[in-house]
Amino acid sequence: MKILIEGLHKAFESRIRLGIMSALAVNDMLDFNALKEYLDVTDGNLASHLKALEKEKFIGIEKSFVGRKPNTKYFTTAQGKQAFEDHLKALEKLIRSQK
Amino acid sequence: MKEEQDYIKDIAEIRSMMERSSKFVSLSGWAGIMAGIYAISGAYIANRVYGFNPDDITDTSAASAMTEVLLLGVIILVLALCTAIYFSYKRAGKRGERLWSATAKQLAICMAIPLLAGGILILVMISNGLVGLVAPFSLLFYGLALFNASKFTYNAVKVLGLAEIGLGLLASFFVGYGLLFWMLGFGIAHIIYGIYVYYRYER
Repeated sequence: MKILIEGLHKAFESRIRLGIMSALAVNDMLDFNALKEYLDVTDGNLASHLKALEKEKFIGIEKSFVGRKPNTKYFTTAQGKQAFEDHLKALEKLIRSQK
Repeated sequence: MKEEQDYIKDIAEIRSMMERSSKFVSLSGWAGIMAGIYAISGAYIANRVYGFNPDDITDTSAASAMTEVLLLGVIILVLALCTAIYFSYKRAGKRGERLWSATAKQLAICMAIPLLAGGILILVMISNGLVGLVAPFSLLFYGLALFNASKFTYNAVKVLGLAEIGLGLLASFFVGYGLLFWMLGFGIAHIIYGIYVYYRYER
């Protein structure tokens, strides 16, 4: 692979992180358990990927309580949306250039 | 750096995740077909056995058979629901997914709210002797429920919902044909929808 494409973000190299962003792109908010279910990963694995995305400021967190249980919900930030869109555009460009 | 193949897989993953996390696609056409058959049998029994066919909004002869017909309606509903859950459970298993997902929950809530509101309203109408409006209102509220829930599943559900709303409104104009419209909406429309979903998504 010689062509380096602009816009491909390193944070989305991992397919799990890509999956998190995809799920959050079509849902306003998702809680930890819903994400875990969609991605089929362990708690620790998901948590570390979420932390990485949070560090990039691509996702935001909203903490609340359901009864007495803490419930953490995740959503994409404007910055995250932009980065994800750029990543998709870059992928599109890449595929087109291969044809 | 990733290979081209990896990027194609990335795109496939993005697509599948967006769909899985926003749409419930374990609905089976068979559930629609069976629900239609139950509804037609139910309408036939109501008409032939109980002589139920209200001619106007406050038909007193029809009101006397209302308890039996209501019970019949509840049996049909429970049967249709169990059938739908059974077929969805089988399909979800085949695709290696859980039936009761976050999307399924959203779909159920979107369906349940208009249905409950309509159900309560219909009970109130029956208790006031407005039996002629039961068919149009059940069609109308069922259609609204489907339309509301359709954003979480196949587009065909939206079309079915609109058809039920249209039939419900028509039935409110022609109260004497209420049972016929009810049979068209819950029977024939379900069967057509079921066959479409089966050919489009299950084969």
